[in-house]
Amino acid sequence: MQLDSMYQEIILDHYRNPHNKGLREPHNGEAHHINPTCGDEVTVRVRLTPAVEGGALDDKATIADVSYDSMGCSISQASASVLTDLLIGSTLEEGMRMLDEFTELMHSKGQGEPDEDVLQDAVAFAGVSKYPARIKCALLAWMAWKDATAQSLETEKEGAS
Amino acid sequence: MTTSELGRLDVEAVRADFPILARTVRDGRPLVYLDSGATSQKPRQVLDAERDFYERHNAAVHRGAHQLAEEATDAYESARATISAFVGAQPGEVVFTKNATEAINLVAYAMSNAATSGEAYARFVVGPGDEIVVTEMEHHANLVPWQQLCQRTGATLRWFPVTSDGRLDLSGIDELINDNTKLVALTHQSNVLGTVNPVTAIAERAHAHGALVLVDAAQSVPHMPVDVTELGVDFLAFSGHKMLGPNGIGVLWGRPELLAAMPPFISGGSMIGVVYMDHTTWADPPQRFEAGVPMAPQAVGLAAACDYLSAVGMENVLAHEQALTQYALKQVGDLPGVRIVGPTDPVDRGGAISFTVEDIHPHDVGQVLDDVGVEVRVGHHCAWPLHRCYETVATTRATFYLYNTFAEVDALAEGIQATQRFFGTAAAR
Repeated sequence: MQLDSMYQEIILDHYRNPHNKGLREPHNGEAHHINPTCGDEVTVRVRLTPAVEGGALDDKATIADVSYDSMGCSISQASASVLTDLLIGSTLEEGMRMLDEFTELMHSKGQGEPDEDVLQDAVAFAGVSKYPARIKCALLAWMAWKDATAQSLETEKEGAS
Repeated sequence: MTTSELGRLDVEAVRADFPILARTVRDGRPLVYLDSGATSQKPRQVLDAERDFYERHNAAVHRGAHQLAEEATDAYESARATISAFVGAQPGEVVFTKNATEAINLVAYAMSNAATSGEAYARFVVGPGDEIVVTEMEHHANLVPWQQLCQRTGATLRWFPVTSDGRLDLSGIDELINDNTKLVALTHQSNVLGTVNPVTAIAERAHAHGALVLVDAAQSVPHMPVDVTELGVDFLAFSGHKMLGPNGIGVLWGRPELLAAMPPFISGGSMIGVVYMDHTTWADPPQRFEAGVPMAPQAVGLAAACDYLSAVGMENVLAHEQALTQYALKQVGDLPGVRIVGPTDPVDRGGAISFTVEDIHPHDVGQVLDDVGVEVRVGHHCAWPLHRCYETVATTRATFYLYNTFAEVDALAEGIQATQRFFGTAAAR
């Protein structure tokens, strides 16, 4: 069965017992993404806080919270859950690096050699990259997080001006 | 199953004509292809016909006076005659398009182009106060073009709802189709539910109010005998690739007097009467709607597909699929945790079986099925509003054709159970 390479135990665990699910306050950015091929949906909320109290939100800003609500397949659900574990408490710079690494892994067609130090549990999704139709499922929450983060930064800029 | 149980259709003989059905997938699993509703496989006869055209007669049709051009044009127009006869039509009533989607768009755009095409085309003008009626079970291809037409012209879009058991709710028909109705566009057979709609009865009501009727026959012409002279509609659209034919060719059939009164959709070469620097007159149908060098090799391939289906007999194709559908409704529908979305009785119902599996997302169902070689469709099948009616985002869909077997239905049912075991859902315990 090739299936086991995709449905790693870590993925099934996160799917059955998702972490940080349910939208939380406070947040300063939110994005809603839909996968048009299957109708799966995710809403991601982000709270960024400045590295220095009262300072600007820059690369060193802390991802103080990420919460989400979603509806979809095991891969998209587990990916959202793993994402929150990785991102909460990281700096924005670290988060963006994880996003880049994860995106690269998803487009590796099963040939990727993920950096476990960066991606941690998310390395379990390496097998998904062999199934082109499922890559979007794994990336859905990450893309929504990226947009929600952009909104956080935008909101802060508007607040400052 | 013996051939006698399948009527007069010899499935093994049919399967031998489709090279792809002999291949394996995913680590040597025999291919169980249950996605013909998305696209059908092609028999050698169709592939040979297309190749023969390219190898022996290839030229741009309706252009040039050399021998190859003559032969190519003759092959193209002979194909039109064969394809027309397949649905009981005359060759001059059949327009070749890219696919059913383009055929529907052709009518929708002719209707909006009519507003700026002068008095000769006034019959097709729609605007504020006019109504276009569709149904909730339409494929996006027969919904979005009408939404767009209404947005461009100010006409109003209305629709028939569906019932919980997957039929059209006709209880409001007397109000829904009225003197404001200009066009009723509906599917002959739902690509999700399998439901076969009473298009003739609806067309009678529409015609009584002066409305035109367009039928999306992409899921009916491949699977049952269809005769446009009996159906009582005005336009019929279908795709070649869903009926054993090549990709890139579809058909719009229209009543000849209507096609003659329609302005063009796409303009350019070979759809013209006379061209001046500042204006142009149009060719008669069907050429008026076939701008540019047409898809002659695909027309030849589609004609070969029609010949193939006619040789098997569309009555036999229908009977075979009905038997498979009845069997699948039981084998799949009886599984614990499985809900069929669509009619559960085989009456007025074609071979599309969409279902949900409790606590397992269709993507995951499709993935496990794929792992055992069973190829189905997952998602909303381009009928997103319909899925909302049944309070689900997506379904898993199996669709049958003349080359499918009862054993393949068993493989589907076993695959669903394997999925339930894999995800450890309640129904599996």
